[in-house]
Amino acid sequence: MARALNFGCRPRAQILEPTSQHPLEQNSWPRLYHLQIGSSSRSNFIPLYVHPPLAYRPTPVSIGSPRKKGIIPDSPFSCNRVSLAENLLHPGGTLEHPIEELVNRYERKIFRLGMNITQNREDAEDVMQDAFLKSYQNLDRFQGDSRFYTWLVRIAVNEALMKLRKRRPNQVSLDEPLTQAEDPVFREIEDWGPSPEQRFAQTELNEILTQVIGDLDPIFRVVFTLRDVEGISTDETAHILGISVAAVKSRLLRARLKLRQKLNKYFRRSESQ
Amino acid sequence: MNCKKVILELTSFRIDLEQHLARCSDCRVVVDTTRKTIQIFCNSEPVPLPEDVRKRLHTALLERFRRNSKTT
Repeated sequence: MARALNFGCRPRAQILEPTSQHPLEQNSWPRLYHLQIGSSSRSNFIPLYVHPPLAYRPTPVSIGSPRKKGIIPDSPFSCNRVSLAENLLHPGGTLEHPIEELVNRYERKIFRLGMNITQNREDAEDVMQDAFLKSYQNLDRFQGDSRFYTWLVRIAVNEALMKLRKRRPNQVSLDEPLTQAEDPVFREIEDWGPSPEQRFAQTELNEILTQVIGDLDPIFRVVFTLRDVEGISTDETAHILGISVAAVKSRLLRARLKLRQKLNKYFRRSESQ
Repeated sequence: MNCKKVILELTSFRIDLEQHLARCSDCRVVVDTTRKTIQIFCNSEPVPLPEDVRKRLHTALLERFRRNSKTT
């Protein structure tokens, strides 16, 4: 791995130089570096396009005198959190909007997550906006012990749950006990055939999925979205929602069975034959 | 799930479960359609972000970042 250029400040973030570059491209700009968040090997790497002005800058991009602060710059890239933020965010700055890269990569998934949980477009939009902003503002709290996306999802879920509770305070309680009265398992037993989803166009299928997941109670919807759609582990889901692992498993089972039952009317084999 | 968990699960692996599934078509259908339910949701493409929503997001983020970086 190429030499890491540390920021010399609290956020555990560093810029990595390009690992390999074709000799003919060595002097071309902008040059692609990577911003590594966290120290774990699993941490995320955000592409960072660096333009000449920063690279050629003779003194460290830091506020105040580095010597007075006891910071010995190891490269022209040394900078503190404030100057990093300035560089990232100023339109004419030397770094070409890596935050935009981050947003572009995850915006659709975070919007889908917000829609799945809140079932409201305006709320989903707010969730997405707040999640990106908070994740960026709290970069220094990211420990690098989970994937960056999982961390972003955790923030987005908290935002979505807050929206949900605000909107329907009497209806949404994630820790309410489940009633055992209904048994969703064996109400309808009908085969779907090998690829039932292919009977529908993509937009039509999306509408069906949005509708059936929207019909679920929030306590099932949230668990299903986190575990099965986002692939968050059972432990992590329990941690995010503040419920027990047993409750996650139980709700996931019920959510899957309820969804299966709701999809029956669209996907059963007899519909197509 | 990691390798260790899979191996641990093997100790509680229920042969009778498989035997039941082999002879009970109802349960096979439930298991199969439940698996497909998960797959269909997992494979579904995130809905395209409407362009107006996208624009509003980028504008709002840039604005708030600039404001925050000034006050930091």
